[in-house]
Amino acid sequence: MSKEELLKKRYRAEKRFKFYGLTSVILAILFVLFLVNVIFSKGKGAFSRTTISVEVDFNTEKLELKNNPTNKEIQDTDFYDLSIESLLNVYKTNGLKEEKDLIRIFSPDYEIEIKNFIIENKGFLNKTAIIELTASDDIDQLNKGNYPRHLPEERRRISDFQLLIYDKLVEDNKIQKTFNTFLFTNGDSRDPELAGVGGSLLGSFFTIIVTLLLSFPIAILASIYLEEFAPKNRITDFIEININNLAAVPSIVFGLLGLGILLGTFDFPRSTPLVAGITLALMTLPRIIIPCRASLKAVPPSIREGALAVGASKVQSVTHHVVPLAIPGTLSGTIIGLAQALGETAPLILIGMVAFVVDLPSSPVDPSASLPVQVYLWSEQAERGFVEKTSATIMILLTFLITMNAFAVYLRQKFERRWS
Amino acid sequence: MKKIKIILLAFAAMIFTSTAQARDQIKIVGSSTVYPYATVVAEKFGKGGKFKTPVIESTGTGGGMKLFCAGVGTGHPDITNASRAIKSKEKALCEKNGVKDIVEIVVGNDGITFSHSVKAKDANFTKEQLWRALAAKVDIDGKLVENPYKKWSDIDKGLPSEKIEILIAPPTSGTRDAWNSLVMGKGCTKTAKSLYEADGKKAKKECAKMREDGYAVEAGENDTLIVQKLAANPSAFGFFGYSYLVANKDKIKAAGINGVQPSLEGIQDYSYPIARPLFFYVKKAHIGVVPGIQEFMKEFTSKKSMGSRGYLTDIGLVPLASDKYKTVRTAATDLTTIKIK
Repeated sequence: MSKEELLKKRYRAEKRFKFYGLTSVILAILFVLFLVNVIFSKGKGAFSRTTISVEVDFNTEKLELKNNPTNKEIQDTDFYDLSIESLLNVYKTNGLKEEKDLIRIFSPDYEIEIKNFIIENKGFLNKTAIIELTASDDIDQLNKGNYPRHLPEERRRISDFQLLIYDKLVEDNKIQKTFNTFLFTNGDSRDPELAGVGGSLLGSFFTIIVTLLLSFPIAILASIYLEEFAPKNRITDFIEININNLAAVPSIVFGLLGLGILLGTFDFPRSTPLVAGITLALMTLPRIIIPCRASLKAVPPSIREGALAVGASKVQSVTHHVVPLAIPGTLSGTIIGLAQALGETAPLILIGMVAFVVDLPSSPVDPSASLPVQVYLWSEQAERGFVEKTSATIMILLTFLITMNAFAVYLRQKFERRWS
Repeated sequence: MKKIKIILLAFAAMIFTSTAQARDQIKIVGSSTVYPYATVVAEKFGKGGKFKTPVIESTGTGGGMKLFCAGVGTGHPDITNASRAIKSKEKALCEKNGVKDIVEIVVGNDGITFSHSVKAKDANFTKEQLWRALAAKVDIDGKLVENPYKKWSDIDKGLPSEKIEILIAPPTSGTRDAWNSLVMGKGCTKTAKSLYEADGKKAKKECAKMREDGYAVEAGENDTLIVQKLAANPSAFGFFGYSYLVANKDKIKAAGINGVQPSLEGIQDYSYPIARPLFFYVKKAHIGVVPGIQEFMKEFTSKKSMGSRGYLTDIGLVPLASDKYKTVRTAATDLTTIKIK
């Protein structure tokens, strides 16, 4: 082969290599876009909620209420008859079956919604108010265009009569789409239209706080000791190897540890953020220690020597000079470790976080779910409304993860010192 | 620095004071089949406002029994759901750990449907045909051979000439357990059973072994996912609880078994051949210690929840016949315990 040919061949090889590299980058981007697109197109529906306007006549005599009742008196009053009467006024019905059909287009919490309305707006006592009641998930899905209405009646969950009511309500502008605050404030529910991630958000929050409080100080102290004070010998080498090994241990193993020791031996309460936090702290520890040590190592020895030269003790040189310089790297390492812990599901399933919890947790020892587990729980539900709820929860979780990671990057960019 | 210390102390104090308190929330574990019903009752119960909403964990029937039988005291669950009756081994475990008084409540019946996409032609099978389609080994001319059937018509001329494709639940699932005993066990031919016994093997266990040559595909615990797969592929079949059929009847339909379509009535009187009762078990020692247990039992067994017009029927539970219902209701109000030995 002549020299020119060889040269050409090498150029071709370079071109091919560049092409392969570019293709894999593009493929990766396409996969991400596809995934994000699927999640967003499925999940965006969950951020809105369908309501139906209903006229309610708050006649105090009918309700057997005194004038100017207190909140407690209203709370103790039975609103069932009033609610049913108002619901039935929405459309003319004939017979019990049609009445039932009509009531079923509303979410089963109508009585509570009406009661809460009057407690907040006492001015409407003895007056007629128009209240936006939550629609049932079938109507909600129909309104969002996710329900096939052309099927024969026996294959639909919505009856022909309900479709008739729905069309009339749409014509009268009585069906609204509003922002779904329930998604953020409510706990879990078996009615998709009432279910929210409030409980699992709080659960994840408590879990991460416990993880942070445990893992951050321990990891910082351990890495400072190992990096600055510990003698370099076989024992510290052994510890270092094991920290690296621990960081690679699959998370489910830590779940088993939590199950066996925390729940088994120490009888900690099941399904609580406290146990989840401790388990995840164990998992996160090595993952924080490694970047912490790296950032301590990155501080040049001249800083330490300078401090020692002017008479600072070893501790002073570390706490006054080395650690402050290493803080950006330490913090971003911690945040990334916590972000990993936030998205972790497998260990939580083992310690009983896969639970149906309606009440919002008020402390780390109340049972609760967490965001990734909520995704898992809802993906198993039969009701159609949970499909979009699942995707919406993934979106919320992703938002948190991206924010945390972006914050870590920001910390690094802004405060990190380059030593040249 | 001081502030951080105070916050930390407050946090620690909060954790310790609240762990010391007795539990005021009912804890339920157990079957994933009963989970959808138990959660609905729990939510209604919590909205009643007198008690906190019970916490329900879906652990599977076996896992639930293990937790339930681990001991008495607020560290252990109060109730476990089950998609089959408690086994004698589990009773022994309970007794060993001091769980002596257990109340058994039959929740209702559940049917397992053998379903496919609405786009496909209606189908009907016998249990033997289903066994032949799914078993690892079948008997042909008096000999046990590796399952040779590739098309439904290979099993019986009357069946469609289409490739056998069945999505099955994993061995850990309660639905698979029930399917094994109700279909694989019953559909297994006498010849096959006697051949297994002649080999000194347990016929029941061998009959339930499913083929692994690609015609029966394990599709995971997630029934919603199975429904989606069936809707996308009209030639595939799958089995799961009746409630999933009710919730997705625009996408899937059931095949008949011995000519019977699954229906509320058919599952109730067991004329639909793949039906089973569902249970939950209550630790009597916890009643009065954890508030609300008996009230929860009353809510669950009330007519408005598990009665024939109750809200549980809306999501696919098949109510008990009225005489059975009465026994169950009495068990809930009088707390009749079951024999443990």
